[in-house]
Amino acid sequence: MSARQYWGRALAAALFVLGASMGARAQTSLLNVSYDVSRELYKDINPAFAARWKAESGEEVSVRQSHGGSSKQALAVAAGLEADVVTMNQAPDIDLLVERGALAADWRRRFPHGASPYTTISVFLVRKGNPKGIKDWDDLARAGVRVIVPNPKVSGNGRYTYLAAWGYALGKNAQEKDGGAAAAREFVRGLFANVPVLDGGGRGATTTFTQRDTGDALVTFENEAILIARELGGDRFDIVYPSVSIEASAPVAVVDKVAARRGTQRQARAYLDFLFAPEGQEIIARHSFRPRDEGVLARNASRFPAIRTFTVEQAFGGWDKVREHFADGGIYDQIVSAAKR
Amino acid sequence: MSKTTRVLPGFGLSLGVTLTWLSLIVLLPLSSVFLKASDLSLAEFWKVVSAPRVMASYKLSFGMSLAAAAINAVFGMILAWCLVRYRFFGKRLVDALIDLPFALPTAVAGIALTALYAKNGWVGQYLALFDIQVAFKPLGVLVALVFIGLPFVVRTVQPVLEDLDIEHEEAAASLGVGRWRTFRHVILPVLLPALLTGFTLAFARAVGEYGSVIFIAGNIPMVSEIVPLMIITKLEQYDYPGATAVAEVMLLISFALLFLINGLQAWTARRTGRDR
Amino acid sequence: MAAILQRGADPAARFETRAATREAPWVKWTLIAVALLFFALFLLMPLIAVFIEALRKGWEAYFAALTEPDALASVRLTLIAAGIAVPLNLVFGVAAAWAIAKFEFRGKHFLITLIDLPFSVSPVIAGLIYVLMFGAFGWFGPWLDAHGVKIVFAVPGIVLATVFVTFPFVARELIPLMQAQGREEEEAAIVLGASGWRVFWHVTLPNIRWGLLYGVILCNARAMGEFGAVSVVSGHIRGETNTMPLHVEILYNEYQFAAAFAVASLLALLALVTLGIKVWVERRVSRPSPRAQDGATS
Repeated sequence: MSARQYWGRALAAALFVLGASMGARAQTSLLNVSYDVSRELYKDINPAFAARWKAESGEEVSVRQSHGGSSKQALAVAAGLEADVVTMNQAPDIDLLVERGALAADWRRRFPHGASPYTTISVFLVRKGNPKGIKDWDDLARAGVRVIVPNPKVSGNGRYTYLAAWGYALGKNAQEKDGGAAAAREFVRGLFANVPVLDGGGRGATTTFTQRDTGDALVTFENEAILIARELGGDRFDIVYPSVSIEASAPVAVVDKVAARRGTQRQARAYLDFLFAPEGQEIIARHSFRPRDEGVLARNASRFPAIRTFTVEQAFGGWDKVREHFADGGIYDQIVSAAKR
Repeated sequence: MSKTTRVLPGFGLSLGVTLTWLSLIVLLPLSSVFLKASDLSLAEFWKVVSAPRVMASYKLSFGMSLAAAAINAVFGMILAWCLVRYRFFGKRLVDALIDLPFALPTAVAGIALTALYAKNGWVGQYLALFDIQVAFKPLGVLVALVFIGLPFVVRTVQPVLEDLDIEHEEAAASLGVGRWRTFRHVILPVLLPALLTGFTLAFARAVGEYGSVIFIAGNIPMVSEIVPLMIITKLEQYDYPGATAVAEVMLLISFALLFLINGLQAWTARRTGRDR
Repeated sequence: MAAILQRGADPAARFETRAATREAPWVKWTLIAVALLFFALFLLMPLIAVFIEALRKGWEAYFAALTEPDALASVRLTLIAAGIAVPLNLVFGVAAAWAIAKFEFRGKHFLITLIDLPFSVSPVIAGLIYVLMFGAFGWFGPWLDAHGVKIVFAVPGIVLATVFVTFPFVARELIPLMQAQGREEEEAAIVLGASGWRVFWHVTLPNIRWGLLYGVILCNARAMGEFGAVSVVSGHIRGETNTMPLHVEILYNEYQFAAAFAVASLLALLALVTLGIKVWVERRVSRPSPRAQDGATS
């Protein structure tokens, strides 16, 4: 074979591979752009939905997944990643898409429960036997305790941890003149002074805590804590439920602009509806997220200890008010800069 | 060399291809950074790039990159010396593996280094006995940067060392000059330009490194946040102008340092009469 | 020249056998010990760690991780990206080296610096610039959007980012080589009436082919291993826009540590094969008379 023939064939082969990878997408497909720790959930949801949709409409549909830090993913969608639906873990990430004109501002009213099919809460994961005696938020701010939290600047998980601690301190000092704001600030400062590693996402923080033996407590979502205990050895860790925690609701939305262009509005809508249907809710509960459906929740009550919770709206008056915490040079920046100086 | 008449053809074609490709792939996209950052007023720009956390990250990134390049200059030099001058078991393997950091994906390197140097890792557990913690500390950043920068020094010093004229050394020996003095006064000056080139390349690569550092650094504000992380952090908060502003400062500082070191290198090259 | 010709079994012998270039044994062995310790701590152990972690769950799990559809898709994408980026940079590299090494012109050093530029640009910025150019709110974003062309968060973006980070490799390898070789041979051929292309194919190319191969090898290794820049433009769609390094990160984030290291070990193997080829190339280069081999290989 001469060199020219050889290269010709190599080129043809490369083009064939390229073409084959494109052709594989001929059937209807949805792209679900989601956050970091929903991977396992959607691995189960997607085939279940595909089967249900096939039964109902006779259409084949496949759902493709993209996972990453919640804000990073929202940003990618804003910059042109063609998501038919977004399933995030905090509302601001969807509001960003509203700002960029990708979907309508009323997305919260398009689905039940503020367009959020499930919630979860922030809990603590501690080493077996809880050697440091960590029971509640106060213990995390104690001297000598090391806490692993993902970076609140870039991770929804870390952000909820920060807000949970803040809300806890607010509630405890509500009788003060300023409603506890100064005390909350001091408390959160103390807690973050105990954080030796800020990973980029919830999964990174888990690896640091479980695989690198760093820290006495990991603050993360309940579903994550249960998954860790199951996947990485329940004999090494205990889950601790604090006296009160934040309720993190995961919002979902159809990205109108993309769905309209790709002609997938029907399927996208049905996909998200499926999350709220009993079948979807059961899968959600199985992955240790707290389902919205009363019946499903009741059936799984033993897995979800009832504790007092508050929402971002209740403790802070909405996500708009939270912005001043995480903006550049905002309260979080001031706190951590002061804590480490 | 005078401006000779061009006998060879293809100057227009080759330079044209070069400039077109360079503009399309490098210059045009890079200019977008500067344009995006110009969305900010000068005062805003200054506020973004001089924020305490960002300042701390410059200090860490540039400080650690310099330190890593310096460590590589010393140990890379020793490695190159051993590879050229000595026979020992396993030399071929060592020589081949020097380039590993070029070829190994940075994320893989970062994960592997973290696993090694965490306090329950192979190396970390022994360091822990001496109360030295590497992973999740600024020291971890240094380890990662040393890893990625090593081949640059070895691969620039090695060929010069191989080509070195040994007559000077023989002359020194016949005059009764000791090996150490010969090294310092005869060999080192010749190696210096190459060593500086290697140092510069290692440094430039280290400043921008992201993938491997991020796993091992700990990423604590004011303590172990590198500049590329600051850029990513800003990006993920939808702050494009802020991100590009920091990126711009980073580009400018590395260029300034590169020019400085390149100038230094040209100067030493002239001094030692080895214009390479 | 003498140094090159003498390369036989181990060129170091030449230094060790002469009193003038020999150190005391304790100096020699101390230096070797320091060098090897440093080498082991920073290079060898990370490599070994990758393979040990990869095989932690046994060979079966190892091969299962490599043959899983998403892993195969990531291998395919990585090959596509490198397969496009490397030839493009090869053509560029040869053109740039020809212009720079064979001709004198003003601004040459500036041009070399510009070619080096991608080397010192953080991979994160390298990814960012393409989002700024081709993203929905970038310069060409609206136009591309209107015409239904996807660049970022799709394969073209990944290829572009890969081209950027591997940009200087071939050129940097060839420029010093071609400068050292001068232009007498080519000029002689031209004077004898050969056409420019003929001169390039029959005079220049045989002279530079090993340097060229070396550059291509490094370029390819970097193209396949790039993480930061590709991560920014990828969109992370499973089985579609994940390259191998990104797939490693995903598996790692799913607590599938053994699988993550299995894919990583594939990349490490690639690195080793690359280095193996490189050693082979170097040995070809150091043969006394490469010109004598021409008839046998071409």
